[in-house]
Amino acid sequence: MTEAKGTAAMKEMADKKVLKHIMIDLDKCIGCRACEMACSAFHARPRFSSTNPARSRIRVAIDEHSDMYVPIRAGDYTPAECTGRHKYTINGKEYNECSFCGVSCPSRDYFIEPDSGLPLKCDMCESDPTLTEPWCVQVCRCDCLTFVEEEDERDEQPEKRDEMEIGLESLVLKHGLDKVLDMVAKMSSKG
Amino acid sequence: MRYAETGFNLEIDLSRGSIERVATDPRETALHLGGQGTAAKILWDRVGPDVDPFSPDNLLIFSTGLLHGTPVPGANRTSVDTFSPQTNRYSHSLFGGFFGPELKHAGYDKIVIRGKAPDFVYLWIHNDKVEIRDATHLQGKGAQETAALLKEELGEKEVQVAAVGLAAENRVFMATIEHANSSASRGVGVIMGDKRLKAIAVRGTNDINVADPEELFGICSPMYAAIYDNPDCGDLLAHEDDEEFHVNNFAWGNARERIKGYWNEEREEKWTAVTESVRLRWTGCYNCPKDCHMAVAYPGRQPYFQKCYSKLTYAMAAYEELEFNYDILGVTQEYGLDGFSTPQVLAFAVELYDAGILTDEDLPDFPADGAGRFFYLVEKIVRREGVGDALAKGVYHAAREIGKGAEEYDHNTMKKFEQVPLKLSMLNYPYFLMYATGEKMNITQIEGSYPQVPIADPEERKAFVDRWEAAPERFKEYFMEWEPRAHPTVEAAVNISDWNETMHYVDDAIGTCAFLSSFTGQWAGRPPYHIHNLPSFISYATGLDIDSDGLWEAARRNRNLIRAINVRRGLRRRDEKPPADHWKKRDPEIEQQLLDAYYEFKGWTNDGIPTKQTLDDLSLGYVSDDFIERGILTGDEQSASEATVGASAE
Repeated sequence: MTEAKGTAAMKEMADKKVLKHIMIDLDKCIGCRACEMACSAFHARPRFSSTNPARSRIRVAIDEHSDMYVPIRAGDYTPAECTGRHKYTINGKEYNECSFCGVSCPSRDYFIEPDSGLPLKCDMCESDPTLTEPWCVQVCRCDCLTFVEEEDERDEQPEKRDEMEIGLESLVLKHGLDKVLDMVAKMSSKG
Repeated sequence: MRYAETGFNLEIDLSRGSIERVATDPRETALHLGGQGTAAKILWDRVGPDVDPFSPDNLLIFSTGLLHGTPVPGANRTSVDTFSPQTNRYSHSLFGGFFGPELKHAGYDKIVIRGKAPDFVYLWIHNDKVEIRDATHLQGKGAQETAALLKEELGEKEVQVAAVGLAAENRVFMATIEHANSSASRGVGVIMGDKRLKAIAVRGTNDINVADPEELFGICSPMYAAIYDNPDCGDLLAHEDDEEFHVNNFAWGNARERIKGYWNEEREEKWTAVTESVRLRWTGCYNCPKDCHMAVAYPGRQPYFQKCYSKLTYAMAAYEELEFNYDILGVTQEYGLDGFSTPQVLAFAVELYDAGILTDEDLPDFPADGAGRFFYLVEKIVRREGVGDALAKGVYHAAREIGKGAEEYDHNTMKKFEQVPLKLSMLNYPYFLMYATGEKMNITQIEGSYPQVPIADPEERKAFVDRWEAAPERFKEYFMEWEPRAHPTVEAAVNISDWNETMHYVDDAIGTCAFLSSFTGQWAGRPPYHIHNLPSFISYATGLDIDSDGLWEAARRNRNLIRAINVRRGLRRRDEKPPADHWKKRDPEIEQQLLDAYYEFKGWTNDGIPTKQTLDDLSLGYVSDDFIERGILTGDEQSASEATVGASAE
């Protein structure tokens, strides 16, 4: 490897993002909810001082009667319920409307602080020093939850363009370059 | 601030319809820890010896364990305590799952239920909001079905429900309380039914605080791996498809005979195939990495959870192929029937029929096959139709109601309660003591820390002892001296039964699962929790300053208090004997020596009553005062001061 190529490769690495995932294997969940307990304790202040699954940013949606065990991780907040209530049948089992959705929304209790009503979002246990794995994964011994770090597979992000360039481009697209140049000339002559 | 516990009990009077939130005294926690221990104190204080179990004055207490809701893995077993109509004595059972932690998050350490509702009701506990609600629409519904209906009705999928089925509604003595993947048995379900309480639904979203967060989390987080990776804890039986030990060694029918050689390769293959075809998944209890409960979908039955030894009990009692067990559990779990005692009642009835004591008049259209007969009898019992009315009271009472010599067929009860169907040859010293003197009515709730069998090879024996962290020193000596086919000394037998039961009294107060400690050391000597490491968990969680000896003493206090509750209701030495034919070869002389030594060691009189000094030393002076006032003690009985010193954790 030449020096130039090596530097390029390093630059490429630096440009790529490392994505953190928690993979969820539904078949392995035993429904113990250790993930909920650990999450709530880690995010308590002072850390670990209290437990309360209702504050957890991961919840296990359990319906014993239809053998449904689905860990869900808190995602974004939305002030309104969505319209797309779907039902999925997987291996003959019907999963209810919100089974796989991590959104904090008004249609259910998940991911809403019980005291303040504020939305909760999973932060992958970001802390200093960085944990090897988020707490929910650490306590999940049956490997339903596994932590995965991978490079972003997408191509390098295009250079970020500034707002004026984006605005001008849309004007050019709409009116043609000549008209825009004319207008700029007119405006500059007026001072 | 109270740590690990909430400091409040919920007091419900179903006769008056009243609900109170009552602050508890932290000194009681220091003395009794929680769970069964603090429940026993309430039963002593408030249910006198003359209170009939079916009286509105009987209490039904649901207790969280002291460590429920803390980060301590595997602390999730709820204790249910009351008085049983079957034994007229203290009745106690535990169930796992999620109920206890949820109740604590709702803000309560216990639910204390008094009185009787005029018609079926359920309790709805949602943090500070507590309601007694009409449940007449749930009458006759199955236990799991009730839970599903309540979740729907309350619009809360996360609510935890403990419910009874038809058996408890009709005051069947073998009735259970069912919750999620677990159930409570041994005489507590019948009282919930008698109080016309169909279910309790709980949802809690409050914090539970712990005293030393960093330290507690530091010792808890390695426990997940320690428990998960330990092959000698959890419900070992649940995951095995090789049932040879139980089907060849436990008794079939009405606890009658062992069928040596029943198990073979063909049966094992068939059983494995059936089990895999009906299993939906393995499930666990709150905050525990072990998956001891199997979710089962048997064709034509509602899905249910199978736990523990009930995987075999019905089939063996009915002399049926094991698959029958999956079929009938689909029915009995919904009715809420105990999988230990019910099969024995059914097998007892079948024997009475075969002997001509029960006739076609008593059992019209009685089927010819074992399975058909069991299904038939279950329906009679849960509806209390015909002879089912007597059978619903368990073997002891049914035998006496039916008469005509039926008493002869009641051979496997002890203190009027059905025992595990084991028929063995040679008397076993510590087991004799545990059977005879235990208050928990089932050997599985008493045995478990000291191995059941010795190790023949001296080197293996030494290796076992060397890594036996769980054992106080004296047990290592006893084990080293224990040769195959030899009895332990009387002194060793007394200590072994003392240690075994002590660990259960610890678990049942703090709420940890016996499969992680008190029941589980007997296999390989490696329970994840034991007398030496538990004090740290308790101290960091609660802020109590407790060491191994302190924990042992709290367990001894609870054991003596529960003993006292039963003594006040008439329990004496004359009652303390195992089922008559449990062992073929008995030794009356040594049995009496064992009892003498055990009582002395415990600091009890020769009649099995804790002495004034024993009680006073355990801060149970109010018990000795009561005993003296009632004439149960004079106060001058010989105390066994020397003996009690021996019972320590070191």
